[in-house]
Parts: sequence; C-alpha cells; structure tokens
Amino acid sequence: MAQSVTLPSEQQYNYEVIRKFTIMAVVWGVIGMCVGLYIALELAFPHLNLDLPWLTFGRLRPVHTTLVIFGFGGSVLFATSYYVVQRTCQARLAFPLLAEFTFWGWTAGVGLGALSYMAGITQGREYAEFEWPLDIAITLVWVSYLSIYVATLLRRNQPHIYVANWFYLAFILTVAILHIFNNLAVPVSLTKSYSLFSGVQDAMTQWWYGHNAVGFFLTAAFLGMMYYFVPKQAGRPIYSYRLSIIHFWALIFLYMWAGGHHLHWTALPDWVSTLSATFSILLLLPSWGGMINGIMTLSGAWDKLRSDPIMLFLITSLSFYGMSTFEGPLMSLKSVNALSHYTDWTIGHVHSGALGWVALVSFGSIYHLFPRLFNTRLYSQTLIYVHFWLATIGIVLYITAMWVAGIGQGLMLRGFDQYGNLAYTFTETVEFLHTPYVWRAIGGAFFVVGVFVMVYNLVMTLVAARREEAALQAKLAAKLARA
Amino acid sequence: MRHENIEINAALMIVLILVVISIGGLVEIVPLFYINKTIEKVEGVRPYTALELRGRDIYIREGCYLCHSQMIRPFRDEWLRYGHYSLAAESRYDHPFQWGSKRTGPDLARVGGKYSSAWHVQHLNAPRSVVPESIMPNYSWLLQNDLYYKDVGDRMRALRVTGVPYSATQAEYEANVKTFGKDIADKLDIGAAEQNLLEQAKTGNYDGNPNKLTEMDALVAYLQVLGTMVDFNKYNAGYFAEFR
Repeated sequence: MAQSVTLPSEQQYNYEVIRKFTIMAVVWGVIGMCVGLYIALELAFPHLNLDLPWLTFGRLRPVHTTLVIFGFGGSVLFATSYYVVQRTCQARLAFPLLAEFTFWGWTAGVGLGALSYMAGITQGREYAEFEWPLDIAITLVWVSYLSIYVATLLRRNQPHIYVANWFYLAFILTVAILHIFNNLAVPVSLTKSYSLFSGVQDAMTQWWYGHNAVGFFLTAAFLGMMYYFVPKQAGRPIYSYRLSIIHFWALIFLYMWAGGHHLHWTALPDWVSTLSATFSILLLLPSWGGMINGIMTLSGAWDKLRSDPIMLFLITSLSFYGMSTFEGPLMSLKSVNALSHYTDWTIGHVHSGALGWVALVSFGSIYHLFPRLFNTRLYSQTLIYVHFWLATIGIVLYITAMWVAGIGQGLMLRGFDQYGNLAYTFTETVEFLHTPYVWRAIGGAFFVVGVFVMVYNLVMTLVAARREEAALQAKLAAKLARA
Repeated sequence: MRHENIEINAALMIVLILVVISIGGLVEIVPLFYINKTIEKVEGVRPYTALELRGRDIYIREGCYLCHSQMIRPFRDEWLRYGHYSLAAESRYDHPFQWGSKRTGPDLARVGGKYSSAWHVQHLNAPRSVVPESIMPNYSWLLQNDLYYKDVGDRMRALRVTGVPYSATQAEYEANVKTFGKDIADKLDIGAAEQNLLEQAKTGNYDGNPNKLTEMDALVAYLQVLGTMVDFNKYNAGYFAEFR
C-alpha cells in the first residue's frame, strides 16, 4: 500500500499502547529494583525484616523477581514487540481494543501478584508464584497477545517475516505452553491450590518451566529486540542472515532440554540430568552465534561506540550476554554444579544475565524508542553516559561479590580438617557471607541510582516535549490570528 | 527446503516452532511418569497428617523454600552435615515439591527430630537468640496467630484429586489400612481430619502452650516429620544406587 507509507508514522501505527507499556516498564523497573536492593540489604542486615510478615525476605523475594521479570521485562517486551512487529511488517497493530486489554490485564496481573505474595498467597513455585486465578487471567492476556501478534504478521506489507519477529513469535508460543503446563493445579479456594504433580515429576516440570522462562522470556524475546534495535541504532544491516537462521532454530530447540541442570545430584534420575547437561553445553553455540551476529553488526561502524551512548548500552549488553551464556554451560557441568548449586554463584550468574543482558538491552531500546514514541529528542546525552557507567560498575560489583560469596561458601562447606571432620559449620559460612552481601548491596545501589538517572532524563524529555508542543501551538495560533 | 518458504508463511513458522520446542520436554518429562525406577521402592513414606499439612502450607506461605532446600545430595560433606541423601520417594506426596534452589540457610530435608520442638519455637520466634550469626527473619507472629483449620478437609480433598491417598470412602480407607497400617490410615481419613489435627496438636504440644492452637504448632509439627519417614537401617548401602 504505497498510500499508507506516506502517512506520518503516528497515524500509520498504533503507538498509544506502546507508550503505556514503555512507561509502565520504567515504573515496574524502579519498584522491582528497589525491592531487590531492599532484600539484598535484609540479607546483610536481618533487622530490616522489621518483624513484619509482608516485609520478610521470604515474601518479598517473589515480589522482586515478579516485578523485574514480568513487570519490567514483560512490559519492555510488549512495548518493543508491538513496535517491531508494526515497523517491520509496515502494518498497523491488529485488534486495538484487545491490545488495550493486554496492557491493563498484564499491569493488573503483575500488581495483584506482587500484593498477593506480600499477603502470603503463593503457589510456592519459583518464578511461577501467581495463584491460580491470576494464572488464568494471565493466560487470557497471553492468548490475546498471541492473536494480536499473529494477526499483525498476517497483515504485513512485506513478503518476508523479519528475523526479530521469529524470536518474538517463538517466545509468545513457548511461554504459553510453559505457563499452562507448569501451573496445572487443583484449587482449594480462591487463594490456595495444590500442584497437580508432586516430587520428582513436579521438580522437573518446574525447572523445565523455570529454565525456559530464562530461555524464552529473558533470552529469545530479548534477542528479538536485539535483532531490531542493534541494526537500527547502528544504521547497518544485521551481520549474517545465515547465522540468524541457524542460531534461531538451534537456540529454541536446545533450550527446552536444559532445565534438568537445575536439578543435578538431586533425586532426579541421572539420565535426565546428564541429558540436560549435554544440551546445556551445546547451547553455548547458538548463544554465541547470536552474540556474534549482534556485535559484528557494528563492523564498519565501530566509531559509534565512541559517539553514541545508546550503542554502548546495546553492545555492552551483548557482551554480558556472551559472558553469562558461557558461565551457564560451565555451571551446568555436574562437577562445577556440585560446588555452585545452592550458593550465591547462581544468584550472581542470574544477575549478570538479568542486569547485564536483559536490563542493559532494555535501557538501550527504551532510549531508542522514547523520542520516537513522543516525537521529540532526548533531554540529555550526558545523562545516558552517566546511567551507563553507574549500571556497569554496579553489575561488576554485584557479580564479583556473588562469585566470592558463592565459590567461598561452596569451598567452605566441602572443606574437611586433617581428621576428616567438616572444617566449618554452616553458621560459619553465613558469617563469611556478610561482607560479600554488603558489597552486593552496594553494587545494586549503583544500578538503582542509574535507573533513577534514566527516569529523570525521560521525565525531562517529556516535559521538554510538552513545552515544545505548546510553543508550536502558540506560534500557530498567533499565525492564524494574524491571518 | 529453502528457509525462505518458512519466512513468508506465518502458519508454517508457527507449526515448526511448536514441533521444535516440544521435543525436549517430551523426551525428558513424560518418561518420568512411566519409568518405574524413577521413584525408589521404599517403606515408610506416607502422606502428611492434617496438622503437618497445615504446617507445610505455612512453610510455603512464608517462602521458606527461597532460603532452605529440602534435597540432600550424595556427597560426603552433605552426608556428615545432613544425613542420607534424599530419595525421590520422600517427596512423592509433596504438591508442590519444595526441593529449593538456594541454601542461604541449611538444608531441611532431615531436620525432623534433630532439635527439640522447644528449640524450634525459640528459633523461629527469634533466630538470633539461639544462633547469633543467623540472618533469618523473626517469625514472631507464628506464636500469636491461631491456626485456621476449618478448611483442612477441603485441602485434603484437593490433594486427593491429585492422587495423594487421603481416604474419602470406606474402600479407600481399607486400602490405606493395607498400605500404611491402621494407625496411619486413621490419620489419612478426611472425615476425621479436624479431630485428628486437634488431637495431634494436643499430644504433640509443639509450641509449648497447650491452651492455644497456633500456626507455630503446625509448622513445628511439619518440620519435625521432615526426613524421618524412611528407616535407612533397613536397607543395604547400595540398594538406593540402583534407582539413580
């Protein structure tokens, strides 16, 4: 439709729902990361639990994970996928009312979920704590999301479906399946249910879900973002088309096998755990394929790293992605896992992925999106640099502290004295963890301050946009009056 | 096939994605329900009593699983620290499983019988009064909150639907007598759930206050049964290795 191309993008595309999701992403990010900082401090200074049930670590930890993964991450994914699918298909988003519903449904679901955990209502499954009524509500939102996405793809004015959409599509389909099977439960009341499976089968189902929440929610979907925003910001085509095909199919196939590595040395049969470890190691290949494809897109335009702070966010996020997808297969080796499992090394690994990869690529994309959504310029480039350095220093402090904590505790727990007795009590390892826990909180604080710098920058951008708009209107009015 | 054919056909792409992502889960999860050796053949493992079940619900409500695992691995240090490694059979009635993923505190799979109930009450109420280095929150409200138990029958009925052998009919009761013996079968009877709960709390006196039935009673009853159901003296050292 040659005609539609000439329309301004505001009229051609539905930006309203994207604006809402972008703003909520920032809001959830701020709240979720502040909760994260608070519970990090609780581990260093337990008096901060304040003897209030709803403020204890056990209840706030799912609040933190839910708000940052599903609140922040989820909203970023809704916003960017709605943006990317429209831009790359050159078609307006299908079912605008349903799209509104996905916004309000998702936002209410995440908010109610967080409140319900504080009230002690939880399924007791990591990253799937929502009780069954919220699970059903989320399923409805997700099915709407899928139908909007597919219907928009079908409206495309391009013969080809662009690679970013493959990743988003795989993410939406897979998360639907994971969510449904992992949350099968028999309800007792509105606020309580028991999972359908038990023990070893339940454990494997949960970590099949849990690992692929990482693999599809926090990886495949964010790779979809990468495939749009990196080439767009760099002004260069993606490095290798062929690599993107291989890396896509290999990634989504291999990830689904890897969940059992969360259950090494447990009562899960060895054959599953060995299979999972094998596929986890294979997973290094597509992961690095994706990283290389992203970073090499900049070849011929490396100078942008010096002049464009948004590029700095995107490329650094890919570096962290490469690092944590190397660390992951390493930790999936049974011998390494024997040391690392149950310790803070796992927490550090998750955060090098979640802060380094997911959050940084999100920040970069938000900085890219914001001026386009609100038809203005960003308030300050310098503040983007400030945010970048605060975030990067924060991440490095965080993961270093967790390496020290995790490897240190792991070694202490398996230490024997010369008579063959345990060298340390568990309590002694807890005492040892205090210092790294303080450093972790400092790292987290850096990261949170960085987010506040971003919020200030974005708010000032909006204020300036409004002022420009008002000035323009006034000028127009004056001109009309003169005429 | 040229990849282009997939790129221009959304329906084909959806179908192929669904095929590709289904294989891993099908191969790794479905057999766990059918391979007999997945769960060890062992005597003694029984469903939780009504009071223990309410305790377990509180354990989940407070998010204990986020800092405590219930899964001992087959290593020498864990053997010395916690006891025999955990069996799949020992969590066969756990809906959901509570193996955990992080040990900010020690593993609890065999904490039952390790400390007195009085110790648990003191420790849950104010952990640092018994372990000065502890970073666990004070769970002081457990002693103050009355235990709500009116719906314990409903809870057992829901679990019965998932396959836990709580009995609702005479035939089921008799089957339980055969499997677990009369004493335990009586405790798994849904009709007598409330009465059994009150009786166990009274005789057990877990929270040290016989006049009040608190959430502490239930939670301590649960902690005290953890890992105690299997008598490992009955089995040869190599027996369980067959099932791994």
